[in-house]
Amino acid sequence: MRIPRRDFLKWSGALALSAGSARRARGADSPSLYDLGTFGDARILHLTDTHAQLRPVFFREPSVNIGIGTMAGQPPHLVGKAFLDRFGVSEDSAEAYAFTSLNFEKSALRFGKLGGFAHLKTLIDHLRDDAGDKNSLLVDGGDLWQGTGHANAMQGADMVEAANLLGIEAMTGHWEFTYGEAALRANLARFKGEFLAQNVFLTEEAAFNDAKAFDPASGRVFKPALTKELGGWLVAVIGQAFPYVPVAHPKRFTPDWTFGIREAELQSLVNSLREKDKADAVLLLSHNGMDVDLKLASRVSGIDVILGGHTHDAVPQPVAVKNAGGTTLVTNAGSNGKFLGVLDLDLVKGKVKDFRYHLLPVYSELLRPDAEMQALIDRVHSAHSKAWTDRIATADRLLYRRGNFSGPMDQLICDALRHELDAEIALSPGFRWGNTALAGQPLTKEDLLAETAITYPETYVQSMTGAQIKDILEDICDNLFNADPYYQQGGDMVRVGGLSYVCAPAETAGHRIADLRLGNEQPLEAGKSYKVAGWASVNAQDGVPAWDVLASYLRAGNTITPGGGAVALRGVDGNPGISNQG
Amino acid sequence: MTFLSGRSLATRRLVLQGIGSVALIGFAPALAAANDPYPEDAFKQKSDTDAIKALYGRPHEGSDKVKLDAPEIAENGAVVPVAVTTSLSDVTSISFFVSENPNALAASYRIPEGTVPAVANRLKMAKTCNVTAIVESGGKLYSASKEVKVTVGGCGG
Repeated sequence: MRIPRRDFLKWSGALALSAGSARRARGADSPSLYDLGTFGDARILHLTDTHAQLRPVFFREPSVNIGIGTMAGQPPHLVGKAFLDRFGVSEDSAEAYAFTSLNFEKSALRFGKLGGFAHLKTLIDHLRDDAGDKNSLLVDGGDLWQGTGHANAMQGADMVEAANLLGIEAMTGHWEFTYGEAALRANLARFKGEFLAQNVFLTEEAAFNDAKAFDPASGRVFKPALTKELGGWLVAVIGQAFPYVPVAHPKRFTPDWTFGIREAELQSLVNSLREKDKADAVLLLSHNGMDVDLKLASRVSGIDVILGGHTHDAVPQPVAVKNAGGTTLVTNAGSNGKFLGVLDLDLVKGKVKDFRYHLLPVYSELLRPDAEMQALIDRVHSAHSKAWTDRIATADRLLYRRGNFSGPMDQLICDALRHELDAEIALSPGFRWGNTALAGQPLTKEDLLAETAITYPETYVQSMTGAQIKDILEDICDNLFNADPYYQQGGDMVRVGGLSYVCAPAETAGHRIADLRLGNEQPLEAGKSYKVAGWASVNAQDGVPAWDVLASYLRAGNTITPGGGAVALRGVDGNPGISNQG
Repeated sequence: MTFLSGRSLATRRLVLQGIGSVALIGFAPALAAANDPYPEDAFKQKSDTDAIKALYGRPHEGSDKVKLDAPEIAENGAVVPVAVTTSLSDVTSISFFVSENPNALAASYRIPEGTVPAVANRLKMAKTCNVTAIVESGGKLYSASKEVKVTVGGCGG
């Protein structure tokens, strides 16, 4: 796709001027946007939820991301214009394009793709270079090994190589666990950094059977934290894996391990890092999701900054949360390699004196790809080049996934499931990863895999009663909108095809979903059975993988069917987590 | 299993815990039989309020000295690990109630004098609801409650 570069050059020129024209002389490797100068003693670089996107991507941020109760209208539940207003971003700017869904198609042509590991490598090296030797740390919040066909086929091994070359020193995990213990451990044996998780323990049975653990006495499976001297001060990083791995994914991947938020264990770990190890700063590298992190920050004391992920929220400024021990800053660094979090700390004995935080959009047009990383990426992609890069279809409209309830990419998947598996109703998981395709863009196998590449992609067809369907919707809706973040799991609502319903997010569990109707407007009957197709079930299934179902639907020339899967919202009028624009 | 390996601190602790639990379960009815009748009526009650009334017959008050350890979201509703420890003294019983189970009283443990008041067990839960633990200390009742969510699963992130 041709990107008219004129707009971007004009834009970057403007920024260069505002930051001092001397900086411009440094060239395309480090345009002024990325010249942050130096501040304080320690620079922490934070990546999260890249979902194995080695190459730059189009990724439309949500236009619906509703916050309920105390979370209403608070970051990260601001979209569109409300987001721009809150964070002082001007409309139609490159930042507005990176952080919101506004004018996405028009802006995508102006500003191009974001992210890419070769571009990230250039940026990260530049920022570490500026900070000076031994003053910086690069951490990854997880969901690094999953999200492409390549990563799925190699069980994340390609991403371990990329992580090593990028220089990631510590990470935690979520989808990493879905490759199972053997593949996870094989990858970690090759990983040059540390895998940290304070909240993963052996089950009692596994402990009794002498299963492998980092610390057999406590049952902790992984090292919980590391400390590193940065700029003469001791910085501790604690890992917090996704707390609900065995609930959100098939239990068979992690039979010996038990997860959870583990507040009490976290508090005693923080205390011990402060008192015994004499850490001057304590950071939590978290895959909790932002709402959970905000609550945790109010209840656990002694953490200076939570570097958050999971919910894919690109939040430009940290949220300060008060607790018994002082204040904890909570960040969330977006997804898909679109952003790099840069935390500069000014430290004194035992505490953070001051900080600067930037969430830098990674504009691939502004960064020269690092040659060594590009060679690695090309090698990974060459493994399947022919079979995965042939055009299967052409996107007939903007196709994106992200949003609380639905997106055209998932409508397409639901239509494919119904059509190919001959079902009345389709259900598709509300994942927050999955790239965006522009209208007119060719769709290849690789593109379809970027929406579906998981270790349990099997489709199913089964008979469910109307009452069962409603229960499933209610259950998943509560995982998204429970007023207490500790009871949320962080995904979006399950997508439906051939079914419409009314949703009232602010209601309580079991009372949010109403007026369920089939595609032909007939009400769904509680006692009647319906043929339902789906994929990504937590129970073992044996159907054709979702990517093949989607490919065969598209190959036959099909597209989105009008009128499938509509959701009407009730009781959230005026919520700034909903944008009706672009 | 060998006790010579040296790595088995945790294992030994678990074995001891296991024995402790078995002993409690094993002896409780015997002790009960010796002292007072098996609380058949309490185990038959549907709601937690009625079960608490039938078992203890007096009011309880929430206390931060009762530490109830239970997951926010159960990894498996059929075996939800729930544990209670307490800094209260003179503890004579610890009981567990699951508000939405067909019969709310899940377990009641007699704590013999001189025993550390700590009980860990697994409860089967029909659906999302409150788990309440009651500690009887010095003849008074102290409690802690927590909602445990039982979900069909499936994710997003």
